[in-house]
Amino acid sequence: MTFLIPCPNCGPRPVEEFTSTGEIRERPKESPTQTELSHYVYFRRNVAGVQSEWWYHRYGCELWFLADRDTRDNRVIETRLPPSSRSEW
Amino acid sequence: MSRLRARPGERIDRSAPVTFSFDGAEVSGFEGDTLASALYADGRRVFSRSFKYHRPRGLVCCTGQCANCMATVDGRPNVRLCAEPIRAGADVRGQNVLGSVDRDLLSAVDRFGGPFTPPGFYYKTFIRPRRFWPLYEKLLRNVAGLGKLDLHGEREGRFDSEHRHVDVLVVGGGSEGLREAIEAAEQGKRVALVDEGPEPGGALLLTGDGIEPAQALADRARQAGVELLCPARAVGVYEGNLVPIEYGNVLIRMRAGEVVVAAGTVEQPLVFPGNDLVGVMLPGAASRLVRFWSVKPGDRAVVIAADDAGGHAAEALSDAGVRISAAIDLRTRMPETIAARGKKGRVTELTVDGETYACDLVVASGSPQPAHALLSHAGARVEFEPARGIFVPVEIPDGLRAVGAAAGDVGEASVPRPAFGNGQKGKEFVCICEDQTTKDLQLAHAEGYDSIELSKRYTTVTMGPCQGRLCHLNSVRLYAQTSATDEGTIGTTTARPPWSPISLELLAGRPHEPARRTSMHHRHRELGASMMWTGEWRRPYAYGEPADEVRAVHDSVGIIDVSTLGKILVSGADAATFLERIYPNRFGDMAEGRIRYGVLTSDAGRIMDDGTIARLNADTYYVTTTSTGAEAVIEWFEWWNAIWGYKLDIVNVTGTLAAINVAGPSSRELMERVTDLPIDAESFRYLDAKTGDVAGVPSLLLRIGFVGELGYEIHFPSVHGEHILDTFLSEGADLGIAPFGLEPQRVLRLEKTHILVGQDTDSESNLLEASMPWILKLDKDDFVGRWSAELVKDRGLETRLVGFRIRSDHLPEEGGQIVERGAPVGRITSARRSEAAGGTIGLAWVPAEKAQEGERVDVRIKGALVEAEITLKPFYDPDGELLRS
Repeated sequence: MTFLIPCPNCGPRPVEEFTSTGEIRERPKESPTQTELSHYVYFRRNVAGVQSEWWYHRYGCELWFLADRDTRDNRVIETRLPPSSRSEW
Repeated sequence: MSRLRARPGERIDRSAPVTFSFDGAEVSGFEGDTLASALYADGRRVFSRSFKYHRPRGLVCCTGQCANCMATVDGRPNVRLCAEPIRAGADVRGQNVLGSVDRDLLSAVDRFGGPFTPPGFYYKTFIRPRRFWPLYEKLLRNVAGLGKLDLHGEREGRFDSEHRHVDVLVVGGGSEGLREAIEAAEQGKRVALVDEGPEPGGALLLTGDGIEPAQALADRARQAGVELLCPARAVGVYEGNLVPIEYGNVLIRMRAGEVVVAAGTVEQPLVFPGNDLVGVMLPGAASRLVRFWSVKPGDRAVVIAADDAGGHAAEALSDAGVRISAAIDLRTRMPETIAARGKKGRVTELTVDGETYACDLVVASGSPQPAHALLSHAGARVEFEPARGIFVPVEIPDGLRAVGAAAGDVGEASVPRPAFGNGQKGKEFVCICEDQTTKDLQLAHAEGYDSIELSKRYTTVTMGPCQGRLCHLNSVRLYAQTSATDEGTIGTTTARPPWSPISLELLAGRPHEPARRTSMHHRHRELGASMMWTGEWRRPYAYGEPADEVRAVHDSVGIIDVSTLGKILVSGADAATFLERIYPNRFGDMAEGRIRYGVLTSDAGRIMDDGTIARLNADTYYVTTTSTGAEAVIEWFEWWNAIWGYKLDIVNVTGTLAAINVAGPSSRELMERVTDLPIDAESFRYLDAKTGDVAGVPSLLLRIGFVGELGYEIHFPSVHGEHILDTFLSEGADLGIAPFGLEPQRVLRLEKTHILVGQDTDSESNLLEASMPWILKLDKDDFVGRWSAELVKDRGLETRLVGFRIRSDHLPEEGGQIVERGAPVGRITSARRSEAAGGTIGLAWVPAEKAQEGERVDVRIKGALVEAEITLKPFYDPDGELLRS
């Protein structure tokens, strides 16, 4: 992995500056069943194609953001702030 | 001797002789020589012995591609002498020989070994009796192979990495590459150009009238602002147009907006019996010997080539006074058969279609193959062009471009036969690095290895030091012929980096050991501390005898630098709500100025970190983490808040603030001497947090039970570290104060059965089984880790983290087993000897039913079973009376 990721704050930076928690997962709203919980905690869709992921600019501005990345060739199609981020902060 | 008289354009400086040795004999050359050119000028023709058959081998490419001139230089094996600059005093030795490269006893393999050494012979010839295999293996390893590594060798010199950016990176400094670079630079782009030679020029330098134009182009490039990196090699092309470049002792990690591959071609050998004899070389090698180093390659030559390179070599040879017995242009005449014969491994004659020419030099080459490897790394496909008999890159990805010969523009060339043996006697080599002949490949095919990828793995063709440069095309073409299909159907094997060999020490770079030191670091050293690593931090292990330091804390007072604790300010209107939701225990109901212990868990229920949390005011919390956990906790906080979007600030003050912990029965008396804050038990209760001056420094004071004695933790601006430490040590001198290190701290904390996250817990550990049920507040709203905790509660505990005590001197290993009826049922995570507890104490995971006060279990210590007693309460001050005093 040596691709570049355009950080929404810092622009294109090498991937080594970032960490990722992988694909976006929907956290159960209500108390989940054991199956729902283990799916949320342990299972990933692991698509061969474009997936939306969490990335963190650890050795940079320390921003968490979302990226759409093609897992087949590491092409980063888009990065964006998470929906909850508010510009007035 | 073979050195010619001084010639214009030569690279050697005849006023600067350089002496080195080959197999102990002194050899001399000139500054500007390579080790190989100096040896060749000195008369040496045999440079190595081949991999399997130990046949004598001489120079073939003179560009550092093949294995033929590999030798051991100053203990470094597999140095390509043709690309290694001459160095005074270098100790060059032949390798993979029994004797010397001139007289190698192992060459018997060549005479007798053929029938016993077909592809896969390890599994055919040497299979019976099976019990002899270890013997065979040892023998084979000794006989075959490359040089030997010095297993005790030390890294020599300094190796660095450089991170660079350019708009355009041109790989290859021939005329096309230089022109591309100049054009881009004149458009104002930042341009770098990589070339293998000491000066760019590429193929121009191999022609008599090309040297001046090459120099003119190089000058123009310099004037245009092109950075010329030479001699240097592009190792590969990685994602994001990252091109590692070997540049002396520096590995440049170059990011390029555009990579222009102008790497030219790789000359291809012809396949005929005796094509590996010493004296059979590629045209570029002959031209280089003459033009770069003024060396006469031979006396009588035959030139046989499929493209212009043959003509260029013939021109160079004539210039050097070499007699040319025959010059055969394969474009005008394609022979049926070719064969070379020799004496003692050196070529003496070449027979072409029955006509024999006496010679000591054969310059032979097939179609020039575009050097497409770098493009292939980036994802380009290659396609076979039957008309020219070469693979040409197609579908080049965005961000890369191929120009000139690398793009397939190789000029007029004919397509030679895949092999010219046609039943004549003698080994005809397809792969000189791995000693694989046409017969070997045909046998592999007959045995069913009909795919080129399988054949590669079976025969190891293309897997040797040249990595297919000189054998890939020929092996594909031979395979196509053998299977009566075409090269396009056979296809290519996958090209992967590195394109050129690269030393591990260059990849490793300079040994970096970044260390974080606290503001009191130098005082610790002055106090005689032995330092240890904890994560990236340097911390005192102990200042003397750890047991003495433990005793000082129990008896009077001790002081420890805890600046390494992670320190995070969480502030804002939503701070309380945020902490309530991310921690399993409560923080919203805390009074201002109070402290609570907190454990972070993940949604999988896993214990991630622990620390204390002080509420400084309604909207501000001061969170401490483990010494190595600050960054991970911040990342975790930030991540959840990126999801939740609460209004708060998370600020890492780990480096800004230093901290000490003062503990022991005399700590209150000591605190009274250094601060005006009321310290008495009524005013400053256990788990109170207060701000005030300590030794004149504005500080945050936390009364917590870090090591189990009455104690205070003081956080203050880092710059005052030495001042605070000095003040406490001098004020506490009459109380018997002792600084204590990490080892005594572990003993003290273990006496209180405080867990060490990551030592006593792992990715399976949850709160309930780690015996911290009080942390879990299931009566509050949703929090991270809640559902997994509920699940554990519902299913019941399977295992428990408990204390154990051994009433003897036995000290189990951390990670040691708890054994029941001979089977391991649990494991020890911490163990220390404790004077206060009177024996060995520790923490261990045991089956839940064993987690009873006074239960006996067996611990395995060095093979023997020793009885241990389970305890559920701390070993020291079990009810916390001292803490609260």
